[in-house]
Amino acid sequence: MISFSAVSKRYPGGQDVLRGVSLTVNAGELVFITGHSGAGKSTLLKLIPAIERPSTGSVIVNGQNVSALRPAAIPFLRRNLGLVFQDQKLLYDRSVYENIMLPLSFSSLAPREAARRARAALDKVGLLGREKANPVQLSGGEQQRVAIARAVVNRPAILIADEPTANLDAEAAQRVLEIFVAFNQVGVTVLLATHDLGLVTRYGRRVLRLAAGHVVEDSAP
Amino acid sequence: MRSWLRQHRRALVAALGKLAAQKASGGVSALVIGVALSLPAGGYSLLEGLSSLAAGVALEPQISVYLKTGSTQSDADALAARLKSDARIGQVRFVPRTEALKELKATEGLADVIDALDHNPLPDAFVVRARDSSPETLAELAQELRRAPTVAHVQADAVWARRLASLARLGRLAVLLLAALLAFGLVAVTFNTIRLQILTQRDEIEVSKLIGATDTFIRRPFLYLGLLQGLAGGALALGIVWAGLSLLNGEVLTLAQTYGSSFRFDFLSQGDALAVMLFAGALGWLGASLSVSRYLLEVQPK
Repeated sequence: MISFSAVSKRYPGGQDVLRGVSLTVNAGELVFITGHSGAGKSTLLKLIPAIERPSTGSVIVNGQNVSALRPAAIPFLRRNLGLVFQDQKLLYDRSVYENIMLPLSFSSLAPREAARRARAALDKVGLLGREKANPVQLSGGEQQRVAIARAVVNRPAILIADEPTANLDAEAAQRVLEIFVAFNQVGVTVLLATHDLGLVTRYGRRVLRLAAGHVVEDSAP
Repeated sequence: MRSWLRQHRRALVAALGKLAAQKASGGVSALVIGVALSLPAGGYSLLEGLSSLAAGVALEPQISVYLKTGSTQSDADALAARLKSDARIGQVRFVPRTEALKELKATEGLADVIDALDHNPLPDAFVVRARDSSPETLAELAQELRRAPTVAHVQADAVWARRLASLARLGRLAVLLLAALLAFGLVAVTFNTIRLQILTQRDEIEVSKLIGATDTFIRRPFLYLGLLQGLAGGALALGIVWAGLSLLNGEVLTLAQTYGSSFRFDFLSQGDALAVMLFAGALGWLGASLSVSRYLLEVQPK
């Protein structure tokens, strides 16, 4: 479903963030990507929705070489991916519900169907009833769950989350992880980056450990 | 098709919302557009009024031909015959010098003056009416009549009508130039307001790009915003011109009445008003599209 072959990434004037990374993620897998900050986790995840382009090598998503995608095709690639960002990127000038409706406004979905999906997404993250609230009124964990609801509202087959538990206490982090596990159980492929190895080992899933731009460990359960 | 319409309706509603939310700043830019556009639009209305005035004069294609003092009756008859035989001339009226003096005497305050004269200083005259009312024909006819040996002076009203017409042409060119210059200014004004709008919505644009919005989708509400701002400016310009002309017409009517005329400046015709609106709307759209193409590139999500 996702495969990297000999991918390197060098930012202009900087170091090599990724060096010859090759890996394959099959449909239905849940993969934790760990490593210290600066190990290249974020960059690796950003290559999948073509937010960054590899310097060398290729990234294939669903049979499509996204590293060579023309710019006009990128939005359509991203609509098929659910993205949860490190800084959530919620819009604080509108309600939770409007935040979740944002990805649906690009698509040609009928308003009734869109509203139904938005409510379903809120339900899945346990925030039904908070749709009228402004994100600032929510706790960090709740905000992260709004971001997850926005990512899944288009029903993507692949969910990509960059440090979704970063600033959460243990309980909230646990709850957020459970949501990703639940999505994986219904068949969604999940890639989740975290620096907190202890948090993820208990799930007994595949863990990819990055260090200095290399995959140093790939432990299947 | 339905979803396409829905997308456009959404963009329009979003733009209306932004226009309402902008309040002061959006209002100010619409006002700037309105005031700027009212100059050429108002100038055009005034010119149209003056041209119609000139056209009204030319509808009375009169030429007055004064004979030399001391001309005899036979000189007058000869000229009358010549005028009547000219195909370009429709009507000839002879005004004998005695009658002219009588008319003048009837004018209030002049009777005593004329009584004091020991002889009649007025010449015999013809009032000639041309078939063709164009200023060119009249000027040509007047020129020919001037060359007749018994004619002392030819006065053609058409000449000043022609001057007015060429003045109006000059004015129209000036209005066009003004409109073209202001068009650049208006594009710049919209360019800037849309730029500010893009900056305030930077987060929304960035997130939208990240989660799969096409550039067309992101661009659309800004284009509508530019269009609406232009249209609001256009409507404002029409309002200013209307108010200005109403104010002016009060004074113009008083002045016109002293000349026995009921002249007044007309408001722009429906077609012209529509043209002003479309022009303003198009300028707004253009400014917005330039701004969007320039600044959306800058919002690159990382």
